[in-house]
Amino acid sequence: MFISCIRGLGRGALGVLEMLGSYGMFLLTAFFWLFGSPLKFRRVLEQIIFIGVKSTVIVLLTGAFTGMVFALQVFYALSKFGGESLLGPTVALSLIRELGPVVSALMITGRAGSALASEIGIMRITEQIDALEIMAVNPYRYLVVPNVVAAVVSFPLLGAFFSMIGIWGGYLVGVKLLGVSEGTYFGEMSNFVEMKDITMGITKSLSFGLIVSWVCCYKGFFTEFGAKGVGKATTQSVVISSVLILIWDYFITSISL
Amino acid sequence: MIIVRDAYKSFNGNQVLKGLNLEILEGEMFALIGRSGLGKSVLLKHIIGIMKPDTGDIFVDEQNVGSLHGKQLEAMRRKFGYLFQEGALFDSLTVFENVAFPLREKTAMKEPEIKDRVFVELEHMGLKKDAHKYPAELSGGMRKRTSLARAMIMQPSIMLFDEPTTGLDPIIGQSILNYIQLCHRRLGFTGIIVTHDVPRVFTIVQKIAMMDDGRIIINGTYDEIVRQGNPAFQQFLSGSIDGPLHYV
Repeated sequence: MFISCIRGLGRGALGVLEMLGSYGMFLLTAFFWLFGSPLKFRRVLEQIIFIGVKSTVIVLLTGAFTGMVFALQVFYALSKFGGESLLGPTVALSLIRELGPVVSALMITGRAGSALASEIGIMRITEQIDALEIMAVNPYRYLVVPNVVAAVVSFPLLGAFFSMIGIWGGYLVGVKLLGVSEGTYFGEMSNFVEMKDITMGITKSLSFGLIVSWVCCYKGFFTEFGAKGVGKATTQSVVISSVLILIWDYFITSISL
Repeated sequence: MIIVRDAYKSFNGNQVLKGLNLEILEGEMFALIGRSGLGKSVLLKHIIGIMKPDTGDIFVDEQNVGSLHGKQLEAMRRKFGYLFQEGALFDSLTVFENVAFPLREKTAMKEPEIKDRVFVELEHMGLKKDAHKYPAELSGGMRKRTSLARAMIMQPSIMLFDEPTTGLDPIIGQSILNYIQLCHRRLGFTGIIVTHDVPRVFTIVQKIAMMDDGRIIINGTYDEIVRQGNPAFQQFLSGSIDGPLHYV
């Protein structure tokens, strides 16, 4: 009984190590093709449109409402001790440092990451990836690298849009609805928000772009056979990406503070 | 010339190739027949270097495929065209874009030149008016012809056909075989056709090999094999349940 438990633990540990190694090798191969061969700009542009441009509406919509509801909640909390004047900086700092990068990354994962995993997964099960290899077209260079580059470009931009529209949403609620003065809202904001806060938001978005494209491409690339396999790969890619975003967010925040 | 020498391959303990030997001469059209699920497609993937044998060697034009990596493997693959059983067309690209794909990716040809060449190939396959369609809009036969056009566009010296007529009605199936024969006459490639479409395929090949239990059990011209009166071959031709070949 005891021995079989130890064996089970050992098998589990080996399985985890094998999986991590496989993820690592996948990313290393993608980097090898990213820096070792000319970039396919047309493919990158197509994927920027797919991941970035087509996610803009949903990111703007969620950004506006996140800013609005956040302003409501913060105003409620600040009014308890008469600190309403800090509404602007609180909204801005939270959006730029935290909510913008994280929530926009989660939204893009749901919209584009899932589609990415299923698209590559279907290419795998219908032998389209084999066809690429047979035509001597490297699938990492053709499929993975453009998605990674497009995600790393798109995520920071969409994160910035999210924060911008969120601040504007907070302005609508705080200034127009709750009566905080416009000068206080924006004036205090420029006093408190520093360049390092913006850099922090961009760094987070960049790393989230890498994580999401890495996980989603990997899951699609190594999908199991059949429709069920593609469905599983899609679900896992969204779940793993979302969990990793939140875990990585904690670590990167705690390191930088 | 393609030589498979004593190739062994197993998947999760299931031995698929068990010391397979085969020799295909340059310019020869070769049919590989045998029961389903016994490794014929696996053999094709070994020849093109997508899979590697556990032991044994595969030589293509005197190069050991198993020892090639990177640029060498890429250069070797450029000799090949491959017709997939289900076509493996890129579903986000049109017929034209699918056929133009290898030219755009692997040559420095200018777009007008690519356009001319693709339309010539589509004309050969009777697909010129369908150039704008997506794979989802095509019939099974049209998908096969598009895939064939894509495989032929680089004018390969070796063509591998994985069940080119499976799933097609007899008339369209015959038309695909005719296209293959026409392409062979035009380009003179070495061709391997994995198929169950017997005896029809025998009209377009010079040699036939039959695979069973991970080995080649019959190899020769149609006349030679018929003269030998091999019971396994007779059973496969007649589709009889009784005989030396068993259900898998």
